[in-house]
Amino acid sequence: MTNEGVVVDQTHQDQSKADQLKAARQARYSPGQSAHQFSLYLYPLVALALLLLVNLLLDPQFFSLQWQDGRLYGPLIDIVNRSAPVALLAIGMSLVIATGGIDLSVGAVMAICGAVCANLLVLGDWSIPAVIGLAVLTGLACGLVNGFMVSYLGIQPIVATLVLMVAGRGVAQLLNQGQIVTFQNPDFAALGSGSFLALPVPVWLVLLALLMMQLLLRRTALGLFIEAVGCNAKASRYLGIDDRGIKLTVYLLAGGCAALAGIIATADIQGSDANNAGLWLELDAILAVVIGGAALTGGRFSLPRAVIGVLIIQALSTTIVVSGLPSKFNLLIKALVILLVLMLQSELFRNQLKTLFSFGKLRGGKA
Amino acid sequence: MSEQSNNKSATPVLQLRQINKNFPGVKALQQAQLSLYAGEVHALLGENGAGKSTLVKVMTGVLQKDGGELLLDARAQSFATPKDAQQAGISTVYQEVNLLPNLSVAHNLFLGSEPKRFGFIDKKAMANQARQLLSTFGLDIKVTAPLSEFSVAVQQLVAIARGIAPKRGAACTKVLVLDEPTASLDADEVQNLFQVLRQLKQQGVAIVFITHFLDQVYQISDRITVMRNGCFVGEYQTINLNKAELIAAMLGKELCQQRHQAPCLAVEHSEAILTARQLSSGQSVQQLDLDLPQGQAVGLAGLLGSGRTEICRLLFGLDQADGGTLSFAGKPIKLNNPAQAIALGIALCPEDRKTQGMIAPLSIRENISLALQAKQGWWRVISKKKQQQLADFYIEKLQIATPDADKPIGQLSGGNQQKVILARWLAVEPQLLLLDEPTRGIDIGAHAEILQLIRQLCQQGMSLLVTSSELEELTAFSSKIVVMRDRKKVAELNGEDLNPDRIMAAIAGASV
Repeated sequence: MTNEGVVVDQTHQDQSKADQLKAARQARYSPGQSAHQFSLYLYPLVALALLLLVNLLLDPQFFSLQWQDGRLYGPLIDIVNRSAPVALLAIGMSLVIATGGIDLSVGAVMAICGAVCANLLVLGDWSIPAVIGLAVLTGLACGLVNGFMVSYLGIQPIVATLVLMVAGRGVAQLLNQGQIVTFQNPDFAALGSGSFLALPVPVWLVLLALLMMQLLLRRTALGLFIEAVGCNAKASRYLGIDDRGIKLTVYLLAGGCAALAGIIATADIQGSDANNAGLWLELDAILAVVIGGAALTGGRFSLPRAVIGVLIIQALSTTIVVSGLPSKFNLLIKALVILLVLMLQSELFRNQLKTLFSFGKLRGGKA
Repeated sequence: MSEQSNNKSATPVLQLRQINKNFPGVKALQQAQLSLYAGEVHALLGENGAGKSTLVKVMTGVLQKDGGELLLDARAQSFATPKDAQQAGISTVYQEVNLLPNLSVAHNLFLGSEPKRFGFIDKKAMANQARQLLSTFGLDIKVTAPLSEFSVAVQQLVAIARGIAPKRGAACTKVLVLDEPTASLDADEVQNLFQVLRQLKQQGVAIVFITHFLDQVYQISDRITVMRNGCFVGEYQTINLNKAELIAAMLGKELCQQRHQAPCLAVEHSEAILTARQLSSGQSVQQLDLDLPQGQAVGLAGLLGSGRTEICRLLFGLDQADGGTLSFAGKPIKLNNPAQAIALGIALCPEDRKTQGMIAPLSIRENISLALQAKQGWWRVISKKKQQQLADFYIEKLQIATPDADKPIGQLSGGNQQKVILARWLAVEPQLLLLDEPTRGIDIGAHAEILQLIRQLCQQGMSLLVTSSELEELTAFSSKIVVMRDRKKVAELNGEDLNPDRIMAAIAGASV
């Protein structure tokens, strides 16, 4: 056995390794990552901008803002204000989807929490902070039930939350004893229709929730753990992350967000309608998260992008109304536009488009 | 030593010549070749990562070759999809059983080519044909029951039967590729399988047999092709090649040199950091006595399913002990989950990197810092800057080949992925590091580096428990080797006994 061959081999290996590392060091500060981040935001923002532009073409007054009674009014403010409940749901939904789960119950949880608020206010003796506190606690309890079923009983998320989606609306109807419970409380109503520093209160509540959640998720390792569990729950457990605890937490937070959304919706109409409060809004929330670029299989999430997704959906609804088309076209057009937005989001689809386009060019050149 | 076989004058049924295949950063195959004759069992051997699976995938249309040619019945062919290869008569049974557990056995056998009557599946005929097919395997089971009701061994046999089952519109099976078909079979079942292989041989089928069990190679194969590091090493008549020569061909020079290194002993006689007495866990580990000395690497040898992985799982809190005692650093402990083990200073690099180790979409930086972050708790965040420092440090130290720390770990080569997982645990600074098959499926360069790292860690005082099916590798660093068979410890070898022959004997259960 000669050593020569081995030695030569070894130096060769070292050489190529050194080259690799050198190249690695030069490339380490490449802008690749931030460019990727940028493109993730680019397409939702472009879609939103396009929708707003279409609105401007249909209605030249669309971007106008009026100042009245210490508050801004205008179509843009309307869109942001109407987005508030779904935006709150989408923030919670983002986290659930990041773990690979889904929460169908948030609309029903909105109804329950709204019913809790309305009934407490009708009973009369409760201060507003206490009402809000109890409603949020109710939402958290609902989230706990979902989380327990998913993470400790191992029930599939779509089934587990379907239970509360159906049962929850029933609970709300029971609380309201089958009636629409209305209340007279201007202070509480202000949470839905009041204004603060020129903007509607619901908008501030969304911004506050977004900020608090971002701090909670990104200034601690919670966000990273959620993403890790969503990407690979088993590997996460193997490296010491309490994957069940994480899953429980995201359903808990989604329940809390749904409670806030329920409070806004109830305050807005000064009453609780168990049949219609938050009806189908869970689907809008899921859609918004997907438009924001999250995968339903779990993994990376971004709360701001989910909120942009909500704005897109709301802007689209407004466009359809402004366009003056008969309302029977609304749902169909909404579905088609959203399909288009989702396809533009897909890198695969964009590449296919590019190939198709360049192929056409090639053919054209030859001809 | 490399006696080429020239005795067969007939043309090979399938011939692969000078096959090249590149993956990003890895030359998986370089000038690989293989000739198969009708009616032979041809063993394709080599270490993990030698390129056997890649070669098979090229042959069966899963991967496209970058160069070289493939001749079927002396005609150049190329298979764009696995289906093309199947139509041409090349059937494959992969290492992982890929059947549909909720369908019946019969349905699994004839999926896509079900016997039909008036356009509908003829269940009766299908069951009859299935029974007939399985009876040639000596397998008498209820073919209408769902596959999941049967043991893995039966499922494996069904997978093989499916490989030779007639398929609609396809030529009859000329070549049957079996990738580790015996890994989950017991001795009787292996003999059953061999019986079937002999029958198939007589029918003129060429069989490619990939395995880690060398004894089985001598039992069943006619010829052997050895691969190493993506290259063809030699083609031999089985009867002309003894086991020592075969192992030498498989391992090559590079690893044989490792053998002469002394085991790493930081301290000659050190205290045990972990002691297990009569430790049991259900059926998976039985009455284990184990001492892991501080600052030494202990090897854990045994066949697949002998209880090696189960010991690692037990010591890391993934499985719970139901008997016996365990103490760590002099204190009795009880482990209920990995987080507890990590808090004590125990870490595990798991066997299956893909499903248990890496979090593929996350970056190298995040993958490295996650375990440390989990140990600190979610509220004490490791800043991005600190994460970057950690990642840079280990990229440099372990020579992880990557343009930057933000690259998702899933895009790295196997060896580099493994280094990132190792870095993850080194960042936690454990006292005891359990490595379950740390060199499986990685290229030879990274392989040597990881062995080097194990020695370094020992010298720095870390204790390691390393399982490996590569015995040469174990002897390169272990101060002692624990041999497992049938979930029990059967031998503890040290000093003079630390050589592959003795380990092999202990694994096989022969009295030496």
